[in-house]
Amino acid sequence: MNYAWNWGVLVQPPYLEWLGQGIAMTLAVSIAAGIIALSLGTLIGIFHSSTSGAMRLVTGSYINLFRNVPLLLQMFLWFFVVPELLPKAAGTWLKRELPNPEIITAIVALGLFTASRIAVQVAAGIAAVPGGQSMAARASGLSTVQAYRLVLLPQAFRIVVPPLTSEFLTIFKNSSIALTIGVYELTARTQQIQSFTYQGFEAFTAATVVYMVIALTVTTLMTVIERRVAIPGQSARV
Amino acid sequence: MKGRIVGLAAIGISLALGVASAARAQATDTVIDRIKAKKSISIGYREASIPFSYIDAQGKPIGYSTDLCTRVAATVKAALGLPDLEIKWVPVNLQNRIPLVANGTVDISCESAVNTIGRQAQVDFSSPFFISSTRFLVKAKSGIAELADLKGKSIALPINSVPERLIKSLIERDKLNIRIVPVRDNSEGFLALSTDRVDAFSTDDILLFGLRSKAPSPAGYEVVGKPLSFDSYGFLVQKNSTVFLSLVNATLARLAREGELQKLYQTWFEPLGVPLSAPLATTFQIIAIPE
Repeated sequence: MNYAWNWGVLVQPPYLEWLGQGIAMTLAVSIAAGIIALSLGTLIGIFHSSTSGAMRLVTGSYINLFRNVPLLLQMFLWFFVVPELLPKAAGTWLKRELPNPEIITAIVALGLFTASRIAVQVAAGIAAVPGGQSMAARASGLSTVQAYRLVLLPQAFRIVVPPLTSEFLTIFKNSSIALTIGVYELTARTQQIQSFTYQGFEAFTAATVVYMVIALTVTTLMTVIERRVAIPGQSARV
Repeated sequence: MKGRIVGLAAIGISLALGVASAARAQATDTVIDRIKAKKSISIGYREASIPFSYIDAQGKPIGYSTDLCTRVAATVKAALGLPDLEIKWVPVNLQNRIPLVANGTVDISCESAVNTIGRQAQVDFSSPFFISSTRFLVKAKSGIAELADLKGKSIALPINSVPERLIKSLIERDKLNIRIVPVRDNSEGFLALSTDRVDAFSTDDILLFGLRSKAPSPAGYEVVGKPLSFDSYGFLVQKNSTVFLSLVNATLARLAREGELQKLYQTWFEPLGVPLSAPLATTFQIIAIPE
């Protein structure tokens, strides 16, 4: 191996700044997409647990469409194909007027994709709450909304905290796909450092460490949340 | 601890003998040693760097750079007296070509790498065999001829490329109000231009000519602008393998002297409608070092 290691490249200007900007962009895209995914996913998950066949068909179609098409393809479709299918004025606005179209497209695409996965988990969480709970809620005079808000969802969310953790971890890793439509997130920045300096190993090692730190932080946070909200005697974790 | 002292002493002695060992360099050139031991030379190629290095319908690597490296292999065969020297073709890409050259999987990477000072910290480059310039691909009759014509418009630039760095610095220097759309690769850049997301796509002009020739209607696009850069392409060789590197450069020099380089150029570039430019003709004369 004849590779000239130079770890100093990581703290040299402008490369350190690039790494910082990359981390900021990765966090911004992932967190924004995470908010979309959690709110939309919860909503779809609730409707998916309903007894109405029509409702289940609509939410099921959404889930199947967004969960089964590769994210890479979805990003590409949102960015390049959707503006061509819209009326000309709207398409031109998306392509020319919208500020930072690549970042907004990436957030929307990642958010909608992850929402389909969270919807399945939320629906499964609701289904895992014993049926007697729902019946008891209705019998004690709660409306459907109240039954969901006060009885079903608080229990369902506690059940699905562990799979949700994986989903949040996946958002941060999936955000790297945004580089295919030109978002300068962490992976794109490390490739940029490799392209400018050819010190690819150092840059990719730095990215690996950053992704690990993000993942461990998310895991720790979610574990704390899981402990805090656990109902004594009912914890999913033994 | 003892081993460390011995190691330090060894380094000290080798530094002291630095001048003397330069004379024995031929014996310690790692690439040459490796080729002799394996009785084969590993040449890196790309799958779609047209017309430099790409694969044909049978999956065989072909192209201008590939042809040149076949000649390099012939020189190595003669110089080392290895009549049964075998050529091993190794596919490389932008991400792995440096590690593969550095760790010795590839003896020489023959494709389309631009020589920069930053990159020289990691690998050595051969003599230049091609010069490319950063220019613009625009729609025909767009009226755009220079970067300044793009004020208030958009330009697509390939993410993490040398042209991207150049155009961004020009835009900053002249404080031009031009919107930059980063694109992943050349085909996405062309897609952005053809769907009117941008008014121009800028990268190495040879790649722009290639994109134009593959467009559904080549006449609808043109390559414009005066050359904004002078980027020389070189083959990548492991750092500090001077004996091997001089064999590579000697091959290029001989081909340039004998006019074969010019002929190979015509074979690969005339079909794209890119005649030999004056700077490249001069470059061929400069690298034609006598024996």
